[in-house]
Amino acid sequence: MTAAVAISLSVNGELVEASVLPRLNLADFLREHLKLTGTHVGCEHGVCGACTVRVNGDIIRSCLMLAVQMHNAKVETIEGVSDSGEIADLQSAFRERNALQCGFCTPGMLMAAQDLLQQSPTPDREQIREHLSGNYCRCTGYQAIVDAIETTARARAGRSP
Amino acid sequence: MKASAFDYARATSVAHALELLTAHGERAKVLAGGQSLLPAMNLRLMAPEFIVDIGELAELRGVTVKGDVLTIGALTRHADLLKSPEIAAHAPLLRDAVAHVAHPAIRNRGTIGGSLAQADPASELPACMLALDATIIARGPRGERRIAADEFFAGIYETALAPQELLIAVELPVQPKDSTHYFHEFARRHGDYAIVGLAAQALVRDGRFADLRLGFFAVGDRPLLARSAGELIDVAVTPAVLAEASSALDEELSPLEDQQATPAMRRHLAKVLLMRCVSSLLSRPDLCTGVSA
Repeated sequence: MTAAVAISLSVNGELVEASVLPRLNLADFLREHLKLTGTHVGCEHGVCGACTVRVNGDIIRSCLMLAVQMHNAKVETIEGVSDSGEIADLQSAFRERNALQCGFCTPGMLMAAQDLLQQSPTPDREQIREHLSGNYCRCTGYQAIVDAIETTARARAGRSP
Repeated sequence: MKASAFDYARATSVAHALELLTAHGERAKVLAGGQSLLPAMNLRLMAPEFIVDIGELAELRGVTVKGDVLTIGALTRHADLLKSPEIAAHAPLLRDAVAHVAHPAIRNRGTIGGSLAQADPASELPACMLALDATIIARGPRGERRIAADEFFAGIYETALAPQELLIAVELPVQPKDSTHYFHEFARRHGDYAIVGLAAQALVRDGRFADLRLGFFAVGDRPLLARSAGELIDVAVTPAVLAEASSALDEELSPLEDQQATPAMRRHLAKVLLMRCVSSLLSRPDLCTGVSA
């Protein structure tokens, strides 16, 4: 009934060419087609934040983007920012502070947290909560997540000249 | 859930988008940022057969000021509005409102044109358009049409746009330097859909309202430009005058019931917002008494 559309995009620095049905969302494209299963799918209507990825440098909900909209886009997932070492310190702070239990929300939390730290290097706890307000965690009660991000921000600020 | 199947075309120009809408308009939906449309499609509240993607039309994105008119392109994103110096200078109400629209990841994609064309009655931006006396510019096969914001919203997800028309931009009058504004919404969590909200723009001279435009949202099937605001203009506002205006507002409301609130709760909260707004704009804490929320 509906025709597949050819798309070409960059995912974690690699060129990807694919033919996708229009109804396929970006989260499912990443998970099912590219087997990048670090991006999680929770609510599928933009509320929970588990599917957060970066497109052209900005965080977005991959459940609210169609794969066909990604033509010529630069997509970065949790696998990309983990493998590059970009968020190694943030991941380590999450682990040390027990900022994750089941881990379902963690990829989205890390993407949102890194986005905040790029925009404002020394956020206060209120700004951290505000920036994460679109990411649900059902285990931790958020306190440890905010702690881990605050610790990372301070450590990064201390390191910079 | 997942969206049901549809055909898709990526518009390469406004003219191309209009051709696509002329051919498929009745069964099509326009995809801009997708932050209202795609949730509705994923929840199967909507199942368009055809999607016209205008996301690549860079000429529809941006904010310009010319004389007394602020023009915002339909594809201007919420994140752009938050950062725009023109918006901060000439329509700060909009900046305050956008901070309440969802969360950063949604604001990075959601557009003003998309929000207005989707016409969710709980959305912030439609009510702001009423308060700011906006004009909505639509283009269709027979040319361009200018629609007053007050005549644009027709019901839940319904607007004055014809299926063949594309929302191109909105025009706002540059607010006078001494104009003031108020924005507040009640929501269970910051960024969630409002239970009730109010976007207001006012001119206060010598302790009285020279002008007052009250745009309520989530109080019915469309945003409401409250006529009862008229009772507060050019008069010395006393608790009695405010109580009259509050009763008049009550007559204008037709709140809906949903899982968030009953109609009675929405009526109560709308009146609380009216009182807080008037008290705040006139710097009269004495008017803010009697009702708690």
